[in-house]
Amino acid sequence: MKKIVELKNITKSFDGDPVLKGINLDIYDNEFLTLLGPSGCGKTTLLRLIGGFDTPDEGDVLFLGERINDLPPHQRSVNTVFQKYALFPHLNVYENVAFPLREKKVPKEEIQERVQEMLSLVALTGFEHRNVTRLSGGQQQRVAIARALIAHPRVLLLDEPLGALDLKLRKDMQVELKKIQKQTGITFIFVTHDQEEALSMSDTVVVMSEGRIHQIGTSVDIYNEPVNAFVADFIGESNILDGVMLADYKVRFSGAKFQCLDAGFGKNEPVDVVVRPEDVDIVPLEQGQLTGVVTSVTFLGVHYEIIVDVGGFKWMIQTTDFVDVDEEIGIQLEPDAIHIMKKSEYSDLYGDYSSFSNELEELSNETLGEEEE
Amino acid sequence: MKTTARPARRQVLALGPYSAWAVLFILVPLLFVAYYAFTDDNFRFTLEHIQRFFTATSSAEGGEVHTYLLIFWRSLKLALISTAICLVLGYPIAYIMARAKPKVQKTFMTVIMIPMWMNFLIRTYAWMTILQDTGILNNFLAALHLGRIHIIGTEAAVVIGMVYDYFPYMILPLYSIMAKMDVKLLEAARDLGCSSFGVLRRVVWPLSLPGVISGVNMVLIPSISTFYISQKLGDGKFFLIGDAIEGQYVANNLHFAAAIAFVLMVVLLACMALLNHLAAQRTEGGGL
Repeated sequence: MKKIVELKNITKSFDGDPVLKGINLDIYDNEFLTLLGPSGCGKTTLLRLIGGFDTPDEGDVLFLGERINDLPPHQRSVNTVFQKYALFPHLNVYENVAFPLREKKVPKEEIQERVQEMLSLVALTGFEHRNVTRLSGGQQQRVAIARALIAHPRVLLLDEPLGALDLKLRKDMQVELKKIQKQTGITFIFVTHDQEEALSMSDTVVVMSEGRIHQIGTSVDIYNEPVNAFVADFIGESNILDGVMLADYKVRFSGAKFQCLDAGFGKNEPVDVVVRPEDVDIVPLEQGQLTGVVTSVTFLGVHYEIIVDVGGFKWMIQTTDFVDVDEEIGIQLEPDAIHIMKKSEYSDLYGDYSSFSNELEELSNETLGEEEE
Repeated sequence: MKTTARPARRQVLALGPYSAWAVLFILVPLLFVAYYAFTDDNFRFTLEHIQRFFTATSSAEGGEVHTYLLIFWRSLKLALISTAICLVLGYPIAYIMARAKPKVQKTFMTVIMIPMWMNFLIRTYAWMTILQDTGILNNFLAALHLGRIHIIGTEAAVVIGMVYDYFPYMILPLYSIMAKMDVKLLEAARDLGCSSFGVLRRVVWPLSLPGVISGVNMVLIPSISTFYISQKLGDGKFFLIGDAIEGQYVANNLHFAAAIAFVLMVVLLACMALLNHLAAQRTEGGGL
């Protein structure tokens, strides 16, 4: 595979605040890559460096092997779909989409042809003469995508483009974006703080926080093999426990010994143990490797989400079997349900689910989304 | 019925004082101007004064000229020149201001507003002392051995006075519309292939048109009807339409003064309507 964009040792600060701290990233031709991280992790800044709206303090941005640090945006073969679309309010749909071609002095007939082609790609045929300010959010989104694609860029940057859409529309657009990416073969670099969105759309996910890249991998890798407690906590739900590696394939946590699939740690090395809520088996009390008391049960349609107190540590478990509050249950873990990570600076930041509430989670997700500019 | 009647009544009450004010101080005076313009000394209907505006002649500049048409044309010319200068100077300043840091914006704004805190007459007198043959400007030039220039009493002096006095009225609407402009739109234009000039031509200018229109209105109208600046800085040599109106009022020719004012008003309203119409067409998000 051909590298299209390379970021080498990039640092960037604003007013003395470091925003990016030594970023190294290779982006390959034709891939759908997502920069995923919480608000303020530097993902939008990274996008702006690739787009040419900012220059790195140190390090290089390479495009097809050439250094482009100081190349202005209009000379890059990169186009952007902005967070709030940034459509030109004084132009209609047709003229918004035709904008890049008019700048290049493309002949009229060709403009006509390519605009029609783009509008049909985003399913907006017949909207040519509409006023863009009177379109719905989803339609504005499509115009922004058509406008960014019409000049045939090598790379398309998307800055939280679905953030302003409602859930249903967002799901539809996810599928559609993926389809457009396949159809056009253009490299998509997508920025989001929504981990579900990242996992469902991307070939490659880049997890960031505090100006650093934690992990680069496929959605499955990132979910199943998080490198540290931050990634494990940020992607999906996880129970993160303190453990000790007794030997290869043997780990002890919560006062019991378990078989696992991980090796290569030192003898008796302290580690973080990740167990996903859906990988926990509930068994009769006497068969459990661990036992606990159910403290809360929430019905979520497909499954129940229950919180279980195991020796003071609150686990989250997703199960389709009904259990009642205050019931004592046994817990069984298959070796492949256990993932071992090295201790990191994030180890102690993520505890159990003792203060967990869905409502709280949604609330903090929403504010995250609004802060990101 | 009651629920709908109530807010309506409240609205009328709230608008009442303003409506009364508008009728008393805007509508009634305008009607009086029109009434006087179309009547003679005995308040009988006549077109005599309107006619006089278009037909009165006098001998000047070695020939017979239409006095008031000439004056009107001169006023229009000086006002257009001043407005153009205000626009050309003000547009880049407003743009730079709108993109500057908030602190810089405030400072700029204060500097531009300070002259407006001083009395209009004093400002004009100050320009007299600057531009006089033995004034500050000429003394400065002489000190640099650049020779003196005669500027007071020329059209240039009048234009300088107008530009200075009305410049803030151009800057303010331009600045306020540019400050509201979404920076993302400018970035989008760059992203989509525009050079700096392209961004200016294809995005900033069309989006700032409403500001340009109101700035032009706010400078053109007072400068077309000004009278004091031309008397002081033009040495009384450039009789403008405002001077004519003032002169006729002072001479107690109220009906003719009203006729001149009426014609001026009709022309200005027509200009404004045309400008607004053009602006509306450009900013509707319409066709090609």
